[in-house]
Amino acid sequence: MQELIRQKAIELLENGTVDRVLGWKAGEFFYDLTPAVFRTREEIERDFVYSVFSGANFSKYLVQESRREGKIAAFLKPCDTYSFNQLLKEHRIWRDRVHVVGIACDGMCDIDKIRAAGARGITAVERDGDTLKIETLYGPMTMPKADAEAERCISCKSRKLVVYDEKIGEDGDVIADSPRFDMVAKLEAMTPDERFAFWRGELSKCIRCNACRDVCPACTCEKCVFDNPKSGIAQKAAANSFEENMYHIIRAFHVASRCTDCGECTRVCPQNIPLHLLNRKFIKDINALYGDYQAGADLETRPALLDFQKDDCEPSVVYERGGEQA
Amino acid sequence: MQVNSEFKPTIVAFCCNWCSYAGADLSGTNRLTYPANVKIIRVPCSCRVNPMFILRAFQRGADGVILCGCHPGDCHYTTGNYFTRRRMTLLFSMLDYLGIEKERTRVEWVSAAEGAKFAATMNEFVETVTRLGENKRLEDLRCKN
Amino acid sequence: MKKLNRSRIQELFAAIAAGQRLYIPADNKGQAQFLPWVEGLEMTGALNTVRSAKDLFFPQTEELIGFQVKGREIQLQEIRDPGEPFVVFGVRACDAASFAILDQVFLSEPADTFYEARRNHGTVVTLACGRPEETCFCTVFGIDPAVPGGDVSGWFAGEALYLQAATEKGEALLASLPMLEDADDAAVQAEQEKIRTVLEKLPLKDLNLTGFDGEHLMEKFNSPAWASLSESCLGCGTCTFVCPTCQCYDIRDFDTGHGVRRFRCWDSCMYSDFTMMAHGTNRPTQLERFRQRFMHKLVYFPADHEGVYGCVGCGRCLTRCPISMNIVKVAKTLGEGAK
Repeated sequence: MQELIRQKAIELLENGTVDRVLGWKAGEFFYDLTPAVFRTREEIERDFVYSVFSGANFSKYLVQESRREGKIAAFLKPCDTYSFNQLLKEHRIWRDRVHVVGIACDGMCDIDKIRAAGARGITAVERDGDTLKIETLYGPMTMPKADAEAERCISCKSRKLVVYDEKIGEDGDVIADSPRFDMVAKLEAMTPDERFAFWRGELSKCIRCNACRDVCPACTCEKCVFDNPKSGIAQKAAANSFEENMYHIIRAFHVASRCTDCGECTRVCPQNIPLHLLNRKFIKDINALYGDYQAGADLETRPALLDFQKDDCEPSVVYERGGEQA
Repeated sequence: MQVNSEFKPTIVAFCCNWCSYAGADLSGTNRLTYPANVKIIRVPCSCRVNPMFILRAFQRGADGVILCGCHPGDCHYTTGNYFTRRRMTLLFSMLDYLGIEKERTRVEWVSAAEGAKFAATMNEFVETVTRLGENKRLEDLRCKN
Repeated sequence: MKKLNRSRIQELFAAIAAGQRLYIPADNKGQAQFLPWVEGLEMTGALNTVRSAKDLFFPQTEELIGFQVKGREIQLQEIRDPGEPFVVFGVRACDAASFAILDQVFLSEPADTFYEARRNHGTVVTLACGRPEETCFCTVFGIDPAVPGGDVSGWFAGEALYLQAATEKGEALLASLPMLEDADDAAVQAEQEKIRTVLEKLPLKDLNLTGFDGEHLMEKFNSPAWASLSESCLGCGTCTFVCPTCQCYDIRDFDTGHGVRRFRCWDSCMYSDFTMMAHGTNRPTQLERFRQRFMHKLVYFPADHEGVYGCVGCGRCLTRCPISMNIVKVAKTLGEGAK
């Protein structure tokens, strides 16, 4: 796959289709790939890497990149194409300045999961089919790739490329029986006290680095409300539980009905807070109350919060849904 | 849940200028009573109420927050309250998901002619929140004395 | 040198915690962090905590003073936390070395009394790193994880924990723990040998920082490489907030409705409102903000502090950066050995 992608990148540069390519650049180790813009064949041959650690979603970078002169090629995985489409819908990306190469994907790995499996001092990871061969300072080990997959990949919603100019590999279909709402349902079934305890435990880890917001392809405001000193919000102070709750509710709310569930928020969280569970709650509610809706699946359907029906349910539906009271 | 007869909850009521605020006015001119601990904040339209307003009200000491607007279909700006309806449904559901008592928040449609409904709604809401007790889960200790 | 069987470590924790608050590195929902010890709390299996031990001396948010304005008068309220003696157990050599860097900033005149009080209250018990990670490069800064430092140095060797006091505070702590037995240092020396063999294999041990000094300031500052290094930076504060040596903070007022509480919180040079002034910000794009962070650690700090770098090689930014950009990549790109 990496070879095909590199060849395509070089071809697009050399036949003049694009003047730059957005890709993953090799780092110190095999897993620390940094999004980078490549301009020459030499750079691509030396540093362009595509592996199970090429998890970063490039869509958001294209907001800025498509404002620059010339044309850029971007390699987008199925979930990334949903984010890209959603940004197109919001008129945030200049479509004619991006050449999208869709790439089939069968799940990315999370180095933290490999560490959690007990690997210390990891010096190399090689994929061999369904197995990962791991070299460490303290000896080799192997683990099934499935056990190292990122949470968002385990509960992948779709392997379908929804937008591309050309594609590499054969993409799949929307995954109808994706388990992505299982944990949300599990939380919903708890008592309010249990839910409160769960979320306090998770959100109290937050260090207000704002990475979840900064990486989010749906968060593209020129100036975030949390960066406005007049808002009275302690934007970078992990001041207390109220501020943590407010930040996370508002962050998720601002992207509700535009969030494609790409999972970047959870991927980047330095404290491993399962932020996607907030976003997925909104998605699940929207599906249940206003009809199935997948942000980024097409360019036409209106996001649920920018739309209404005269006979929508009343907010009291929340009390009527039952469940034990706090 | 313990009932504290001494406890007087602070209630913030966001009322739209065109219907509910006039409804509150009417309930006043009709000498209908509702508890004095309901603090009304007038907004141009229920749709003006950002989810952050609701959270901030809790931060600043509210024990319950109610949002009143024109009946769906009667919005002065044609469609504002339709958007409110979806937003607040999702927000309340999220608060519930975080384990925050869902009865602390409510949306009620009150027209300019419904003075009686306004008073009744407020009485009932105050009663509900009194039963729930003080807001603990969305409080900001810095704002307490 | 003192010694205790590893199986009795909870006993040791209980004895320390009987006299003062004790923090140990433990797992909180899967993330290692320093937590107050309570009965049964076990040490984490991770090498290091996600947030550094800096938190205990320079917390992310702390209140400085309260005040109320009444007419033309301002009434001040002392709301600072006076603190109390505490012990932090299991600090790694990198974090222990970071205190020396923070001390240079906070304890030089005029001393920061909030930080100073916590330093005086705190006793640091370090632990040697038996199994360093691939992201470790503390040796580049002259730190030896086999001799971890602090008030008391600790080693796990075989079935025992060995402790050696280095300061009066450390002596006093060890003297208060009757379960410790005297021991010779043979086992510790063997463990140190083992650690040093691993250190030889660390992939980043040869990071070359030649040329990162005040002399080359303008050359580094004007390097064209900053553009590509910073191009994918998200501008989040992760690297800054997990860093044991980042010490910038912001002071803000929180209006409670019945008074003002002035607090300080960590700030990040990666943020667009960092050091915002009346004329606006002096670092308008992410390139300048990104450059500031690394120039500060690798050039300005050593230029001002006799060659001491503002980095201890703990590797946290390497593992936590959302886009895997970090100080090692910067140093290699800008340094002598640039590819």
